[in-house]
Amino acid sequence: MGDFFGQFGELLAKYDVLHAFWVNIELTFWAGLISLILGTLVCLMRISPVSSMRLAATWFVNIFRDTPLTIIMVVLVLGVWTQLKIQFSNDLATNFFWLAVAGLGLYHASFVAEAIRSGVNTVPVGQAEAARAIGLSFLPAARMIILPQAFRGAVAPLGNTLIALIKNTTVAAAAGVATETSSLMKTMIEFNSSMVFAIFGTFAIGFVVIVVPVGLATTALSRKLAVPR
Amino acid sequence: MVIANPVEAPPCAALLRNVEKHFGALHVLKHINLDVARGEVVVVIGPSGSGKSTLIRAINRLEPIDSGEILIGGQPLPQEGKALARLRADVGMVFQSFNLFAHKTILHNVSLGPRKVRGLPKAQAEAKAMALLRRVGVEDQAEKLPAQLSGGQQQRVAIARALAMEPKIMLFDEPTSALDPEMINEVLDVMVDLAKEGMTMVVVTHEMGFARKAADRVMFMADGEILEQASPEEFFNNPQTDRAKDFLAKILTH
Repeated sequence: MGDFFGQFGELLAKYDVLHAFWVNIELTFWAGLISLILGTLVCLMRISPVSSMRLAATWFVNIFRDTPLTIIMVVLVLGVWTQLKIQFSNDLATNFFWLAVAGLGLYHASFVAEAIRSGVNTVPVGQAEAARAIGLSFLPAARMIILPQAFRGAVAPLGNTLIALIKNTTVAAAAGVATETSSLMKTMIEFNSSMVFAIFGTFAIGFVVIVVPVGLATTALSRKLAVPR
Repeated sequence: MVIANPVEAPPCAALLRNVEKHFGALHVLKHINLDVARGEVVVVIGPSGSGKSTLIRAINRLEPIDSGEILIGGQPLPQEGKALARLRADVGMVFQSFNLFAHKTILHNVSLGPRKVRGLPKAQAEAKAMALLRRVGVEDQAEKLPAQLSGGQQQRVAIARALAMEPKIMLFDEPTSALDPEMINEVLDVMVDLAKEGMTMVVVTHEMGFARKAADRVMFMADGEILEQASPEEFFNNPQTDRAKDFLAKILTH
């Protein structure tokens, strides 16, 4: 038994597991930011009075929500980068990182848009009518009256989307990000197959440690921010 | 109230010509013609489902119409967009369910329009809002959220919010129907005062007391049609159509 812990300790000293998790957190941060901004815009288009905007937004959501994330990643790497020569950086690792961020951002923007739209549906239609009745046009009414209430009603689904994003950052491996957790886990298992469960457990617990607080914060915030009616 | 020569006369506050609207197969507004003169108080009554609310909501295009024309202050109602928003700013609307902005304080509810639509500086907009809140008797609630107020207080705030835009005409869509009985009068009192001050008003209501007290004209609607228009005295004492007689018999027996 002591032998096992000794070996496992050596393994953790050899591979930088914490850094791998940090890469996933960085991916989460940037992809989360992009998907929040893009998702909000797409949701705005989806509820706008202009039918071509609504149509474009519906297409966006259907394309990116319904395509597997791995395929989006592969298309970005093999299609957008290799074929179309569009790149974010001359440094290979940096380029893969931002390609992964783009893929994660696009994919999750569709879920964010739908989460916010579910929030919009919690806002009584009378709120929009009252906003229009005092002379606010669509964008000011959306910005000042509808979206603030929609976000507060969408905390729970947005939290779920964030949790899905945190775990989906491991798919960045498909876009060539070699330093993140799932890639590191594979490498570690490959060379230390006798400790497969210990290695697997380490990474699983790591994700639980990150995700559980997000879930708790989501529940607390959705209560605290609920609009009193 | 029919203006003999509309070209030379000052434009009506609101004018509806041959307005038609369907909800699917249901013909909710049938050939509606209506002029509302400046300073006039028109009360619209009728059984539920008669199209009263649709009519009043059509006046500021919360309900688009199928055909016909609607003019506000002589201007035709524009399609969606900035021009419509500008015109709506001049038309105050009070809803059955109050519709105060649930995430904003009472003061912000009333000052938002003057600040964001009229472009008033914050201090000026808030001073104006406070004056209006004082006028409707809820100035001590200014920092609260709508959900913390009673229905009657919320509806008075909603009236203040509409007045803050200095509207040329006020539309009331069953303003007391969602209120507990003891709160109805506090709202009606504010409306009667407004009428006395010369505000142009179109009011959909079931409050016959208000119609008798404040209306210049009562309009009776049934099945999407305007069946009668008369002074309140004439309408209540001597209704012409069977539908109106039937309606009044049902509501005035108690």
